[in-house]
Amino acid sequence: MQTLKQYLEEHPFFKGIKPHHLENILGCATSVQFDAGQYILREGEEANNFYIIILGKVTLEIFTPDRGPINIQTIGEGEVLGWSWLIPPYHWHYDARAIELTRAIALDGKCLRNKCEEDHDLGYELLKRFTHIITSRLEATRLQLLDVYGVH
Amino acid sequence: MVFIEESYTMTNVIPQPMIPEPFRIRRMLKETHDTYTIELESTNGADGFPFSAGQFNMLYVFGVGEVPISISGNPEKPQSLFHTARFVGNVTKAMFKLRRGDVLGIRGPFGSHWPVDEAVGNDVVIVAGGIGLAPLRPALYNFISHREKYGKIILLYGARTPEDLLYKRELEQWRGRFDLEVNVIVDSTTGIWRGNVGVVTTLIPEIQFDPLHTTAMICGPEVMMRYTVKELQNCGVKNENIYVSMERNMKCGICLCGHCQLGSKFVCKDGPVFCYDHIKELFGKREI
Repeated sequence: MQTLKQYLEEHPFFKGIKPHHLENILGCATSVQFDAGQYILREGEEANNFYIIILGKVTLEIFTPDRGPINIQTIGEGEVLGWSWLIPPYHWHYDARAIELTRAIALDGKCLRNKCEEDHDLGYELLKRFTHIITSRLEATRLQLLDVYGVH
Repeated sequence: MVFIEESYTMTNVIPQPMIPEPFRIRRMLKETHDTYTIELESTNGADGFPFSAGQFNMLYVFGVGEVPISISGNPEKPQSLFHTARFVGNVTKAMFKLRRGDVLGIRGPFGSHWPVDEAVGNDVVIVAGGIGLAPLRPALYNFISHREKYGKIILLYGARTPEDLLYKRELEQWRGRFDLEVNVIVDSTTGIWRGNVGVVTTLIPEIQFDPLHTTAMICGPEVMMRYTVKELQNCGVKNENIYVSMERNMKCGICLCGHCQLGSKFVCKDGPVFCYDHIKELFGKREI
């Protein structure tokens, strides 16, 4: 069975990160588990974590009064959930709910923010990685907005 | 004179490519609210309709008009001819009103095909978007029937909503096979859907394959293919191993009329299946 350290070392998100930075990150990491149907984060709540999904699947949802929760994206094994911990005012923009038993590594955002303030190199490394995730999701959202499969 | 780079067309074996052959409708199968599959049989007692995966026919609704539609059946079972179409124009709308026993005119098969022989020994990544699964289904039938010749076979299929998925029963069968990896994703959903939500390109970084020995086949809206190519390139797949099926307004089917011209290419004969390396300069070009 892989340890947290081994998992993070081998995860593409941390590829190329310096060992002492990984040690710092590891100090903020814990293993978590969510049952199917359990909410991992709620829109508007304080964003103090991000998650690397080891097993399972999570949906990102927006709640609308007339249509209820709308699933806008799914995040699966190996993917990273949550970037609001990095950007003020540190509040979640969506709900995230496990749709099957989900195991993840939770990284304490508050703890990481403090470490990033102390070590700007670590902050830059994390920012580079999260920027990539944010731009990929922005690109995907734009493609969704194009409604490419619709009749035009 | 037109220079043809690809020589894997079958139009040269059609004796009279401009004359439609009558085919009778054996079955009309509704796939989604706006898409249906027509099963046809020859009226002249011919054994079958040989074609290669990826080719298309011109379907003539008598008195209405003619449209190019990809063949979506099994090339190894040519006794029945299958076409999957979406009703978006006058001809396809008229076609959908036809019933069992009615007759359609068929010209074809036209165009190039998916490189199923060239892919032997490689992993195969098939990326389909919307109705783009229809021209890829014959290739998938081929891979399943000759499974031992290929490495991994991965199908990534994106649709607008769960209700817009084609071939739902077959998708379930394919998902149940241990020698196929099938990932389905929809752009949006409001109902009970436990699958992936997002765009099909986001599935590519999640799959495991050998990029240096992979043949990728893509069919869907051009913008989706553009981003799919980019993701595959990011994973290390070479341009010469990426194939795309282009869609243009095919009319004659035999490279005469010029309606389907794409730069120096004619989609009806040089395509619809192109090696990306041969058309990369034309891909996404605004003027054509």
